[in-house]
Amino acid sequence: MKNCNFKILVWRQKGPQEAGKMVPYTVHDISPDMSFLEMMDILNEDIIKKGEDPIAIDSDCREGICGTCGLIIQGIAHGTRQKTCTCQIYMRDFKDGETITVEPFRSSAFPIIKDLVVNRSSMDRIIAKGGYVSNNIGGAPDANAMPVSKEIAELSLDASSCIGCGACVASCPNSSAALFTGAKISQYAYLPQGAPDRKKRVLEMVEQMDKEGFGNCSNHGECEAVCPQGIKILHIAKMRREFVKAALL
Amino acid sequence: MIYDTIPEGTPLNGKVPGGPIEKKWQNHKASIKLVSPANKKKYTVLVVGSGLAGASAAASLGEMGYNVKVFCIHDSPRRAHSIAAQGGINAAKNYQNDNDSVWRLFSDTVKGGDFRAREGNVYRLAELSMAIIDQCVAQGVPFAREYGGFLANRSFGGALVSRTFYARGQTGQQLLLGAYGSMMRQVNTGKVQILPKREMLDLVVSEGKAKGIVVRNLETGQIESHSGHAVIVATGGYSNLYFLSTNAKNSNASAIWRCHRRGAYFANPCFAQIHPTCIPVHGDYQSKLTLMSESLRNDGRVWVPKAKDDKRAPNEIPEEERDYFLERRYPTYGNLVPRDVASRNAKMVCDEGRGVGDTKRAVYLDLSDSMKKFGLKYIEEQYGNLFEMYQRITGEDPYSVPVMKIYPALHYTMGGLWVDYNLMSNIPGLFVLGEANFSDHGANRLGASALMQGLCDGYFVIPYTIGDYLAQTGAGKLSVEGTEFKQAEQEIQESIQKLVGKKGKKTVLELHRELGLLMWNQVGMGRNQNSLRTALDTIPQLQKEYQENLIVSGDANHWNKDLECALRLWDYMELAELLSLDALHRAESCGGHFREESQTEEGEALRQDEKFQYVAAWEYQGQGKTPVLHKEPLEFEYIKPIKRSYK
Repeated sequence: MKNCNFKILVWRQKGPQEAGKMVPYTVHDISPDMSFLEMMDILNEDIIKKGEDPIAIDSDCREGICGTCGLIIQGIAHGTRQKTCTCQIYMRDFKDGETITVEPFRSSAFPIIKDLVVNRSSMDRIIAKGGYVSNNIGGAPDANAMPVSKEIAELSLDASSCIGCGACVASCPNSSAALFTGAKISQYAYLPQGAPDRKKRVLEMVEQMDKEGFGNCSNHGECEAVCPQGIKILHIAKMRREFVKAALL
Repeated sequence: MIYDTIPEGTPLNGKVPGGPIEKKWQNHKASIKLVSPANKKKYTVLVVGSGLAGASAAASLGEMGYNVKVFCIHDSPRRAHSIAAQGGINAAKNYQNDNDSVWRLFSDTVKGGDFRAREGNVYRLAELSMAIIDQCVAQGVPFAREYGGFLANRSFGGALVSRTFYARGQTGQQLLLGAYGSMMRQVNTGKVQILPKREMLDLVVSEGKAKGIVVRNLETGQIESHSGHAVIVATGGYSNLYFLSTNAKNSNASAIWRCHRRGAYFANPCFAQIHPTCIPVHGDYQSKLTLMSESLRNDGRVWVPKAKDDKRAPNEIPEEERDYFLERRYPTYGNLVPRDVASRNAKMVCDEGRGVGDTKRAVYLDLSDSMKKFGLKYIEEQYGNLFEMYQRITGEDPYSVPVMKIYPALHYTMGGLWVDYNLMSNIPGLFVLGEANFSDHGANRLGASALMQGLCDGYFVIPYTIGDYLAQTGAGKLSVEGTEFKQAEQEIQESIQKLVGKKGKKTVLELHRELGLLMWNQVGMGRNQNSLRTALDTIPQLQKEYQENLIVSGDANHWNKDLECALRLWDYMELAELLSLDALHRAESCGGHFREESQTEEGEALRQDEKFQYVAAWEYQGQGKTPVLHKEPLEFEYIKPIKRSYK
């Protein structure tokens, strides 16, 4: 495959309170084996050399597990390739000469810091309300003392593989964090270890989710479609059942 | 820097307690001081870094009643690079009934580290390994299980037993989320405060003790001082000085390097691990390398064609024309030799011209046999996410042809700040945990032992040893008004002012790439006197380039990644010098440090125990000045140093 040129339309916003707009750039001679973020690195190098302000963009592991990166590419959270994080998008997925739009993850619960970088600390505050087993360290029984079936362990792991990127929120028309919160509640609801504080967990995490300004879930399903870990909305259903049981029983 | 004569300082004592090795930790715990439950709330501990070591320490200390402030460079503490560890975590549970024991894990680790680790520390690690698994399971970490409900294990390099616990290819993520959850629980109780997007830029030492840190808020550019009764640094390793490594982009050496500049000794900097199963480099623009768990070596066979420059596709090369070089050279361990051995052998066959792929710097990792034997479902279950990752990065589908190209890459650094048995550096009150310290892995870390050490340090060592220090120093009044704080703040402000708006020709990224390439070529998998001298002579030129020709964009009062990276790059440059000097002075091969002058006739690493059976801890003397070498002699009372053989 030959190297390509692209037009990149990027959301530029100086600070949280300032107005932003889409700004066009061009990049040349891009190898199809380059990752999307490597292409953005090259664009930023060009901008730096011109003496201008580079595009603020955040990423860390660049292997799809830390959840730091997260962009709306061509209107879709993490781009068009399914079950893939922004850092795992490669330029071979784009056509030569294509215009690529790049925007931040938008939600009223994710204020923009600069350009493409948002503040997702609201998700940490949800976890602080119950995303754990409420026991202190030390005094744990032997790990094999409480057998857990393979199927249940796998279901729990499906839920806990959430990387906390916020794509579910950014793609939801209601800006709901139901998939993120549901996955964490579900992880512990499956396991015997999560049983003692089960009710408290779901009630307090859901309450915090509402306080942070996330919207309600209306079963749109876009969150599952964009989730880089393929987390299923069945965890939202599970969260609801847990909530009803905790609130009523 | 003058590197031919090295000034030597006083020898160091690791303060490993006496008595038989099985009783050392027990006796030590019985002898150290405690802080009473009522007094713990009077103490504040600063924790820098929120990976496995930092998060587990913060959670533990918060639960005990200390006030804890956690600083991390990410927007959330859950993003620390421990999250990317794939393969697993070791523990001497002997759940497989295959004759594992604390003793065996201890001896495998000492031997795997090529007799350059402290016996006492390693034994404690092996002893505590079991409690870590118990703790993580109690936290709801969804480890892989057997159908009967018990925990599953797999094998890893450097061991003849199955003692590795795992959660698909996401073990690091699951363990970190467990520790992060526990820490967030303490945030909810108010005992732990998280300060995200803070980069530690200085350690404040007053009256000979660590009293606080100075950080930069990466969002606002503000310089902040924080004081505490003790400082815990758990900021990981320094592989990124090589530019291309498997570390996350923000992982950096600045926190430990700045502690070093304030007097903390840096031990064994030349011990860096090069991981054998990474996806090969594919272009000059590449920003980082991706590792695939070495668990693949359980079912994969590593080979290259017997002939040089063989251009055929791997499946067109008949069995008799393939060289399964690890199986051929190491019949006992085969494809499961430790990482340093596997990496060096891959380099060797590529140097012979038998490498594969466009760049000829790759070898095959072949899962065809296992696929035939165990079926697609098994492979999918074991390695599904790794196959997907490989396909995404290379565009090749390993399910259709299960032969992947791999090449070694920088991955982990065994060296780090020197600590004693209590995990305290030579600066009282400065504790160093996880990859940031040097302590347990000697010259080579075994697979699945990093997660073990990080959690061991944080959950089960520091909660005990920090109490001993705090009980003796007392809970004095905290303040950031002292001259040491003001001076440190001022120095940072000045260094930032010098950088912003620098209008040279070379970007931070370009210069970092140059440094990385120099280090990889001269101080990489194979090192010799000439290559090391070349590195030491060239680094000052790069430093000059940094001072005279760097371009740094933006300003100091906003989010400015370019400035962040520029600050880190200078620290890498100074550390690169120390690393090269350490490698030059250690004229022996051991573990990940391969000095070409010191090898056996068969090309294996040759240790020189009579000369180098010590930890080399370096004391900073100022920029460009030759550091002072302090030696900590290593004694092997229980595992007698032998030639490490995996034949």
